Amino acid sequence: MIRLLLKIFKTKNNIIQTPFTDRDGLEILALGNKIQDKVKRLFKGSLAIRQVSAGSDNACEQELVALGNSFYDVERFGIHFVASPKHADMLMVTGPVTRNMAEAVRRAYEATPDPKIIVAVGDDAINGGIFKGSYAVLDGVDKVIPTHYGIPGDPPSPKTILTHLLRILEMSDDKIQKN
Amino acid sequence: MTIIIWILQIIFIPLLSPLCVGIIRKIKAKLQNRQGASIFQPYQDLRKLMYKDEVISRDASWIFKCAPFIIFAVTIVIGASIPLFTSFLKNNLTGDLLTVVYTLAIGTFFLALAGMDTGSAFGGFGSSREMTVSALAEGGFVLAFFTVALITGTTNLFVIADAGTLLATQFFLPAILAFIGFFIILLAETGRFPFDNPATHLELTMIHEAMILEYSGKRLALMEWAAANKFLIFAVLGANLFFPYGIAQSLSLGAIVLGIVVLLLKVFILCLLVGFIESTMAKFRFFRLPDLLITSFILSAVAILLIQIL
Amino acid sequence: MINNIVSQTGFFSLLLFYVVGAFGSLLFKKSDKMANIWQNIFASFGSLWGIFFSLGILLVGPDISFSASSLIFPLLSFSFYIDKLSAFFIFIISLISLFCSIYGLGYLKHYYKKYSIGMLGFFYHLFIAGMLLVVSSSNGLFFLIVWEIMSLASYFLVVYDRNDENNVKAGFIYLVMTHIGTAFIILAFLLLYRFTGSLDFEFIKASAGLIPSAVKNAIFILALVGFGTKAGIIPFHIWLPAAHPAAPSHVSALMSGVMIKTGIYMMIRVLFDLLQPIPLWWGVTVLIIGIVSALLGVLYALTEHDIKKLLAYHSIENIGIILLGLGSALIFSALGNQVLAIFGLAASLFHVLNHATFKSLLFLSAGSVINQTHTRNMEEYGGLIKYMPLTALFFLIGSMAISALPPFNGFFSEWLTFQALLQGIMSADILLKSTFVLAVGSLAITGGLALTCFVKAFGAIFLARPRSSEVTHAKDSSFTLSLGMGIAATTCLLFGVFSGYVGSLILKISASLNVFREVSLTNILVSNSNLNAPNGSGSVSAPALFIFFVLAIAIVIFVVRFMINRQQKIKIGATWDCGVDLTPRMEITATGFARSILLIFSGILKPSIQSEIEYHDSESRYLPKSRTVNMSVKDIYQTYFYQPITKLVTYLSLRIKMIQSGNINTYVFYILIAMVLALFLSQ
Repeated sequence: MIRLLLKIFKTKNNIIQTPFTDRDGLEILALGNKIQDKVKRLFKGSLAIRQVSAGSDNACEQELVALGNSFYDVERFGIHFVASPKHADMLMVTGPVTRNMAEAVRRAYEATPDPKIIVAVGDDAINGGIFKGSYAVLDGVDKVIPTHYGIPGDPPSPKTILTHLLRILEMSDDKIQKN
Repeated sequence: MTIIIWILQIIFIPLLSPLCVGIIRKIKAKLQNRQGASIFQPYQDLRKLMYKDEVISRDASWIFKCAPFIIFAVTIVIGASIPLFTSFLKNNLTGDLLTVVYTLAIGTFFLALAGMDTGSAFGGFGSSREMTVSALAEGGFVLAFFTVALITGTTNLFVIADAGTLLATQFFLPAILAFIGFFIILLAETGRFPFDNPATHLELTMIHEAMILEYSGKRLALMEWAAANKFLIFAVLGANLFFPYGIAQSLSLGAIVLGIVVLLLKVFILCLLVGFIESTMAKFRFFRLPDLLITSFILSAVAILLIQIL
Repeated sequence: MINNIVSQTGFFSLLLFYVVGAFGSLLFKKSDKMANIWQNIFASFGSLWGIFFSLGILLVGPDISFSASSLIFPLLSFSFYIDKLSAFFIFIISLISLFCSIYGLGYLKHYYKKYSIGMLGFFYHLFIAGMLLVVSSSNGLFFLIVWEIMSLASYFLVVYDRNDENNVKAGFIYLVMTHIGTAFIILAFLLLYRFTGSLDFEFIKASAGLIPSAVKNAIFILALVGFGTKAGIIPFHIWLPAAHPAAPSHVSALMSGVMIKTGIYMMIRVLFDLLQPIPLWWGVTVLIIGIVSALLGVLYALTEHDIKKLLAYHSIENIGIILLGLGSALIFSALGNQVLAIFGLAASLFHVLNHATFKSLLFLSAGSVINQTHTRNMEEYGGLIKYMPLTALFFLIGSMAISALPPFNGFFSEWLTFQALLQGIMSADILLKSTFVLAVGSLAITGGLALTCFVKAFGAIFLARPRSSEVTHAKDSSFTLSLGMGIAATTCLLFGVFSGYVGSLILKISASLNVFREVSLTNILVSNSNLNAPNGSGSVSAPALFIFFVLAIAIVIFVVRFMINRQQKIKIGATWDCGVDLTPRMEITATGFARSILLIFSGILKPSIQSEIEYHDSESRYLPKSRTVNMSVKDIYQTYFYQPITKLVTYLSLRIKMIQSGNINTYVFYILIAMVLALFLSQ
């Protein structure tokens, strides 16, 4: 038990540091719509993410869940996951939107209050990924709701998601290249 | 000078309650071997929520729209009526035990109604569970308070905090028993483990969170702030009624500063205790909770009977 | 002028209003509209007169007494004695009948062409006049006559809506139970007559010392059962949840708010006034009955989804709370602590007043809802706050008052009861102390459960979406209905905010009883805006609480909406439904809301579920066609209490019936034996 409690003081050694130099050269995938700078300034210290799974194969969900563990610890940046879209600032949609989930994604979008940021996580959500062209999917989130950013990868590792997320919040939209 | 103390009294609870919530989250994070958000994170969350738009359901009525204001105002009224760092203010108007209990019930009433108002399934069963726990907790709550009222012979909170310092040694055992009963009620009413998990995402395990699922923007900020206020109110009551040492009993700068420092220390210890309990214990199954609440009731009843024997 | 009102003429003119109202509405039987206007206008003016009259006696005047012996029956004398206690109850009766009569102007329109409005007016006025006479009569036989008038008039009002068979059955249960109670009361009065020589209350008061203590205990039990049946204590309460829902809503309000309080009035009169000095166990019995009634009343209320039955069970709960105050007053009086006894009695009387106001408000708004939706079942309501906003507001005020939420009046009388019980814990021996601790615990849990029940009731009726199609046709209450409810709601708020003044007036009333005439009242009768507990044990200021609260809400709204949050928009969207269409069946039902509490208390309530499944193919039993689930709570009073008694009485009657053989010679033989015995005993 004592060893368990002493682990509290060793926390700093385990955590993944996000080196800031890495992020300067990072290219963010923008999927069309722009976000105003003052919106991003609002969310810099505190971001509530609601994760919507639109028919995904759960790989991206597992990576998103891993964001909360003691290695990546997304909470230290003020980012936390919430249960209801009405509490959320950012919707992270995963999966190539299947037909049955199209309406649900739309309702989640409408339930989220403005200002909001929509991020498509994983190749499936950006353009259909490995399911592209199937009769059952709609090939990407931006076919259903206006999406702002994408995080590529199948699935993107938690480190990728974290660095992209932080970069999204930092960068001004005028400097981002459109895909 | 008295004006300054009154102003401090009114703004103390709303100002410091997000800090308490932040401290508990930090303790839980450290015990989970994480770094966690900073202890001032809840302030940033509230600030951000105040600047967001809202989405309100078309099935909601004026109760949904007005409930956050009423609930927050209730916590402000109670926060200004309880002894914080002074016991010489002698609030004869609203500083009564039973007034505090039933004014808190106004908050619970409107919270439960707001949960039912939008007609979602989650809000409905959230309200049902919250009212069940709250109804059974009232017994233990009133009896725990009555224990200290009987020790000091009055139900005025300020007089209890004042006189309690003198009678402490003789009535130590009943006070401890009543404090354990009160602590269980604190966990129940503020939605902490083992009654409720404040950070859960599973609606089947939610009690308080389920009722505020439909809120957004500034109303959500007020609801979360009111919940934090409620936690700090209970912590302050537990600290000052059962262990009122160090509270300022006279109008001198030294005594007041000491009172504030001692209060902050006591609240910090309580936050530590709650954080530790949340990290080491699992949430109970819903139908085990009445057993816990009846235990609190019996502990306080035994404490009352002990007073008269001693 | 005051002296004219506060005199015998004042009282007789009060009664005259109701007599004229009764016979006048009978005369106007043919025209529904005339009968309606006649009866309600007369009742309203009569109640206004009654309010002035009783306030005159309470604030200014001396006690009124009047006595006229009857020439025919030597024991009967039409005597009244209106002291402050009677005047208080006359005030309550008049106040509530004011609300109900104004409400009735609009409400009775739903009974036009269906039943006779004139007959309703006749019985309504007889009922109110009967109640007024009950609380002011001072002779045992006269009391029994007017008690019977009150009970019979209310019976006819209960079975007024006679097309529904349940109402007729309810009326029958009510008639039987009230006559059982009257039988016990008659026995008690007979015992009193036997040992004091008169049926006059004043005479009995003076010669209470002549009664031996064993007989006093017997009178206590008989009076408790008799008046308790009228008041609705457990286990004599079975008529309440049947009869109160059956009557028209404004009559239910009168019955629940006032008629059951006449039982309490007589308990105070007989136990506190007539039979002093009293032993300790009387108070303990009343306290325990109070604890049981309060807890069981609210638990049964939680299981109900018929709105008027729910309100009827809450009346039982509040009678329990009133008996908690009364029991503590009896205990303090037996222990010799008169100041605390005054205080306990005052707590009880304040709760009588408060319960009358908020219960009548709740019944009146429930009546509006039932009128518009034609059903009493809460499971078919929903979303009515959008169709009937004013009624919803009044029901909300009534719910807040009955759940003892400040700043409404229910909180302050429960505060006084808590303080009385607290004094009891402080000042008694260990066994009595435990009873008081139990009482405090039960009062606290009852308060919490009552809050739960009214969240359930208000939520199921007014919030969320409509659960059936009739509800969507509902319209808000008309003017007179809203006026009646509005006055009641304002009274709830005013009695709450000014509870300091009302409380000190009630302290004076309870101190005016004969048993307390030697107590020095200077240190407890401080009339200001605070409610003070004895021995400096606490105080609460209702106006300060109210002002503080209103200020806080105003400041919060101002700061948040106008200073912090100025550019944000509010969008009206759908309830978050996880992508699935929300149907009304997905909302929580009243039964579902209370299911958790039902299961927690299943030892007391004994719920049972029966389910039946009908299959498409009864042999393979894979595809169900329909499933019926019947959830019910076992009625333990019928099974364990009333049925055994009924069986015993029937058995004994069958045995005794054998005397009636039908043979004339046997009967002549009986006459011979009776004559011989009478001659023998008169030696």
